[in-house]
Amino acid sequence: MDITKLSAFEMRKKISKKEISSKELITAHFNRIEEVEKDINAFITLNKEEALKSAEKVDEKIVKGEQIGLLAGLPIGIKDNIVTKDLRTTCGSKMLENFIPPYDATVVTRIKEADGIIIGKTNMDEFAMGSSTETSYFGPTKNPIDTERVPGGSSGGSAAAVKSNEVALALGTDTGGSIRQPAAYCDIVGIKPSYGIVSRYGTVSMANTLDQVGVFGRDVKDAVFMLSAITGYDKKDSTSFNNPEGTIIFGSFPEEIDYRDYLKGMKIGIPREFTYEGMDSRINEEIKKSIKIFESLGAEIEEISLPHIEYGLAAYYIISTSEISSNLARFDGVRYGYRAKEYNTLDELYTNSRTEAFGEEVKRRIMLGTYSLSRGYAEDHYKKALKVRTLIKNDFDKAFSKYDIILSPTCPILPFKLGEKAKNPLAMYMGDLFTVPVNLAGLCAMSIPCGYVEGLPVGLQIIGDRLKEANIIKAGLGFEGGVKNGL
Amino acid sequence: MITKEQVEHMASLAKLKFSEEEIDEFTHKFSEVLNYVEKLNEVNIENVEPTYGVNSHTQVLREDVVQEGLSRQEVLQNTKEDQYGYFKLLKIVE
Repeated sequence: MDITKLSAFEMRKKISKKEISSKELITAHFNRIEEVEKDINAFITLNKEEALKSAEKVDEKIVKGEQIGLLAGLPIGIKDNIVTKDLRTTCGSKMLENFIPPYDATVVTRIKEADGIIIGKTNMDEFAMGSSTETSYFGPTKNPIDTERVPGGSSGGSAAAVKSNEVALALGTDTGGSIRQPAAYCDIVGIKPSYGIVSRYGTVSMANTLDQVGVFGRDVKDAVFMLSAITGYDKKDSTSFNNPEGTIIFGSFPEEIDYRDYLKGMKIGIPREFTYEGMDSRINEEIKKSIKIFESLGAEIEEISLPHIEYGLAAYYIISTSEISSNLARFDGVRYGYRAKEYNTLDELYTNSRTEAFGEEVKRRIMLGTYSLSRGYAEDHYKKALKVRTLIKNDFDKAFSKYDIILSPTCPILPFKLGEKAKNPLAMYMGDLFTVPVNLAGLCAMSIPCGYVEGLPVGLQIIGDRLKEANIIKAGLGFEGGVKNGL
Repeated sequence: MITKEQVEHMASLAKLKFSEEEIDEFTHKFSEVLNYVEKLNEVNIENVEPTYGVNSHTQVLREDVVQEGLSRQEVLQNTKEDQYGYFKLLKIVE
């Protein structure tokens, strides 16, 4: 039996029953990494020595009969924009090539407290800017399904690592779709939780009113399992919700419930705006088949309208780049990060350090944000985008007053070949068309595999209202059960 | 349409430097993205309030309790140059 192929849930069971040890499990994963990593490049930094030590500690706890955490002994990958004490955190950038954080992000602390084992830091688009993991300073990650194609971005390393069995679970971040889009491209499950239910403390901000830490698993149960471990109020994050409703408790979704019961009577809206000319029609066909599965399991389906959704991407690029230009101002070469060797003035120190260490996409977005926030344009661009954000949020609020979930494709296009869209940023941005409105409104959403087109995976996006994670989880479990049972 | 001069001005504000060739390419790509975002002009935003963040509970306050911070050594461990326990910079005041 290849233990790296088990689900995280099964691994946890076997560890607690002493059928396998955590050390055995972690060693098997490092062997797997050695085997596939040269083709995939899912990791920037590995944490082998520490991981094996931590696994031994978990095994000792089990031998002594001590209580073990939810993630006890499980191999976990962490996106490299989430800080890890004494373990290099690069954000996929030359700017932070040698940065060793002096503290852990709250999500990392929670994983450690739950006895999870951190295998390493996963590859990503530089500072989470991109939709293909091609903008990483450490080279692109490749899609395990077809290594000539991208794994999606910006959490492409985490998604690829989970898909190729290098880890069982992984953390990603999602600002405009950076968990859901790579989940769709790599044929796994990715959840972007409601804004505020997972702490962002220790996550390097890209666009802080949109960023959320979220999870990857090979099935819904695994992803929810991981989400349960990291969710909850954090006093270190002023945007964190102190609300028990926002807490996912894994036990609330017991195994005994038949998958058919999750979807009975669920009210589902299908926005007519989520189809457009440039979309791959074969993806639409797969989505239609998926909707039939929901229908056959007792859900009530209706077409709805979200009239302002088509402006989501434009508003997103103004808002996110404005926040980016402000957040990335901290990288000045003084306290940490890359410092240019040659400079004569303080201004040159800043400019040369930033120019030499940031990649093209990062510079492009900083520039667009600087423009949007500059005098004379702020009212025209930034303020207008924030008002459109209100309209998008209102559209969703209205829809969720009547419907439990909304379904859409995760992406309008299939995973593309490496380099194919690198020269055309706008074409790449279009890939996020269906995911960005969710971040603008702070909602929760899941991408779940729903079919194939010529061997390439298609993702279905299940969108839920703020703090109503339970609805998207029920929908995911019901749909997944239906697919597994041949519906 | 954005001009080369505007792009150069943005670069100086953002503390970034570009070659002539890069400025040309940037101006071109920048214009494409700006044309796309012009789409927002189609929306009627009269009497609409802006949404800065989705959570309503902003300005959370807490008791000001003194806590242990990072040590000086930890704070300085990632800098390229430090001196006398501080970040080292060029002299800016004569």
